[in-house]
Amino acid sequence: MAAPLLKVQSVSKHFGGFAALSEVSIAIAPGERFGLIGPNGSGKTTLINCISGSLRNDAGSIEFQGEEISSLPAYRRTRKGIARSFQIPRPFHSMTVLENLLVPSQYVVHLKEAEAQAQAMEVLRRIGLADKAHAQANQLSQVELRKLELARAMAARPRLLISDEAMAGLSGSEVDEVLKILFALNADGITIIMIEHIMQAVMRFSQRVICLDAGRIICEGTPESIVANADVQRAYLGA
Amino acid sequence: MKYWIGAAVALAVAAGMALSGATNEYFFYAAFVVLQFVVLATAWNILGGYAGYVNFGTAAFFAIGAYTAVVLFKWLGAPLAVQIAGGAAVSAALGFGVGLLTLRLRGIFFAIATVAVIFIMETLMVNWRYVGGATGLQLLRPDVTPPFESYTRMLFVVMAFLAIAAVSVARYVQRSWIGRGLRAIRDSEEAAECSGVPTLKLKLFACTVSGALMGAAGAPMPMYLSFIEPASSFNLTYSVSALAMPMIGGTAHWIGPVIGAFLLGSIQQIVTVTISNEINVLVVGVLLVLFVVLAPDGVLGLFRKLWPRRS
Amino acid sequence: MLLGCFYAAVSIGLSVSFGLLDVPHVAHPAVMILGSYFTYVLTGYGLDPIVAGVVLMPAFFVLGILIYRFYYEAFEKRGTDAAVRGLAFFFGLAFIIEVGLILGFGVDQRTVHAPYIGSSLVLGEYRIPYRMLVAFGVALVLTFLLTIYLSSTFTGRAIKAVAQDEPALRLMGANPVRIKQWAFGIATGVSALAGAMLIIVGPVEPAMDRLYIGRTFCVVVLAGLGSMTGTLAAGLILGIAESIVLMMLGASWAPAVAFGLLLVVLGVRPQGLFGR
Repeated sequence: MAAPLLKVQSVSKHFGGFAALSEVSIAIAPGERFGLIGPNGSGKTTLINCISGSLRNDAGSIEFQGEEISSLPAYRRTRKGIARSFQIPRPFHSMTVLENLLVPSQYVVHLKEAEAQAQAMEVLRRIGLADKAHAQANQLSQVELRKLELARAMAARPRLLISDEAMAGLSGSEVDEVLKILFALNADGITIIMIEHIMQAVMRFSQRVICLDAGRIICEGTPESIVANADVQRAYLGA
Repeated sequence: MKYWIGAAVALAVAAGMALSGATNEYFFYAAFVVLQFVVLATAWNILGGYAGYVNFGTAAFFAIGAYTAVVLFKWLGAPLAVQIAGGAAVSAALGFGVGLLTLRLRGIFFAIATVAVIFIMETLMVNWRYVGGATGLQLLRPDVTPPFESYTRMLFVVMAFLAIAAVSVARYVQRSWIGRGLRAIRDSEEAAECSGVPTLKLKLFACTVSGALMGAAGAPMPMYLSFIEPASSFNLTYSVSALAMPMIGGTAHWIGPVIGAFLLGSIQQIVTVTISNEINVLVVGVLLVLFVVLAPDGVLGLFRKLWPRRS
Repeated sequence: MLLGCFYAAVSIGLSVSFGLLDVPHVAHPAVMILGSYFTYVLTGYGLDPIVAGVVLMPAFFVLGILIYRFYYEAFEKRGTDAAVRGLAFFFGLAFIIEVGLILGFGVDQRTVHAPYIGSSLVLGEYRIPYRMLVAFGVALVLTFLLTIYLSSTFTGRAIKAVAQDEPALRLMGANPVRIKQWAFGIATGVSALAGAMLIIVGPVEPAMDRLYIGRTFCVVVLAGLGSMTGTLAAGLILGIAESIVLMMLGASWAPAVAFGLLLVVLGVRPQGLFGR
């Protein structure tokens, strides 16, 4: 591919004696829709944490837009254009929904108060939370919290958006809603990595999929080829 | 704008009280202490309430401010204003240092480190003859500048000014984007970091400012007492009070520590005088636990529940 | 060196409650001093201090469960702001205990008497006070027992597991809250005996809990959270360091050693020597 947006090379991460990631290498092209699947505990969130900066990788390199970022703190990486949502929503619970989005608006995009509010409202409208703008974040339903997670990542105007199981527990129509938003973001030029367990979402959305198991990549390819792969099936169903 | 008018009025009232012939001296003694706690509680809240990092070392920052003032006075004959500035600067540096060492870690490590600072600083002062060591140092107050009748009254006005300054700083931080970043850190530090908030830098900022204000509060103490010694300067009651007052008053807003300081400070004065010092500390401890368990948002939180604002 | 083992014994309880359970138990030394005072009271009735300490253990075990239960209901369950408030709660608790002791017993120091206190064992050039030997012995036994308990019994291993992976434990059918409660109770029970040791080794006064916050947390952090054997090693290191400072610089510098060491460890290697 032409210069990749994100290049992960031989990244490893250990916790004590436990190898969460072993020599994982991925290259993601600009504008790509990329799916990451794998059974629980396979290292998906650890990989995301290493990319976003919440964790430091023990070995290997991570390049974003040609620049090595492994030693940068997370907030710098966000300012360079990597945004992520959290698997278990972590809203700023003492703030309103709108204020939640003001944080990235002011700290990543560096907008002034008035502009930031306008931009935040725009994002809320896009994601369908506009009517909850002034509600306290700790009063939202699970679904709304997931949307807030995505909205907060969107408010950072990222180049790369990582969505970590944003659709877990959502109903069919809600999944469609979120997919629509992700497709729209991608059409705007945002590269998206989607971690999901909901296979039909991954299939519909991704152009390329990678499957992780026990910290290693066991398969890479188009959604159809992944699903048909024997290793993948074994990983999900057990040996 | 309303705030600044109110602040100016408060200062004028304080000055007026000090310059009037009325009221006994004890009032100014007690009021000085309460105002001192306003500064300490407000300073504590900038890091503890806004960002969620509990500083138990208030006594250290406070005492170091006092000792800095002593050194400046003894060595250079420095006037009060310089003493205060010096106290603030040194305590700010202390806050920055401790922060740098421990704010990367979880909150409890920071809290324990602040306890450590108290003991280490106290040990240092105990072993430093120049400032009197364990037995302490007597100080001769300079002459009172007119129009004030007594040094205590003048210190009262100075402390009132410091209190307003501290509250103004807290108010500014709270309302600015810095405040929002601190709140994000308190709510979810990991999410804050991933939303672009430079968590370590903001925490260091809050810790340094907090330390500076505490040092400023401590600087007038040696003049107030004409005396300084380690045991009472590094008294843990300062730490517990600075923690309890915002918890009782409410940590989310700058007015919380003020309420807490006035409430608890007054109770402390009354109890110490009428019953005993020990009971006073017991009262503080019990109130702290009660509020922390039953009314976590403090008095402010209770008000909000009873009279909900339409936002 | 014996001092070090004593510090280790004293810190073992914290190793469990803070190291394994993650409870910000700054009131641990205060509870221990409470144990010292109760020991003092019991010796007034003629009990040997060690026996008194052992007798107190079940009572303190229950106390520990109560404290944890309260802490859990009030803070851990509510998540979010809990960290700050939980810490504030324990500081408040420590203060209440300290002042309560002052009110009950006054600020003066209290000591106990027993046959082995006051005399020493003479080995060539060295005089080893018997009471230190007693403390050393008890410390060793305690650490040993606790380590075995944690690795061999089901509850013990469950306690270790709850520190590392709570959801997995739930899946295994164990109730994490009950386990944590039990662990905290053990930690507090151990503190009772530690308190007895404390008053055997030297006089006790209510304000000592502040100094011991430094010592116990220094040991636990230096050891690495959750390592029992590390606690022994860390205790030794602290004991030796304090003795050296005592010899070279004098008693006025001694209080700062534990805290200074703690700061150094936090700055340089926060996970301690054996930490996970």
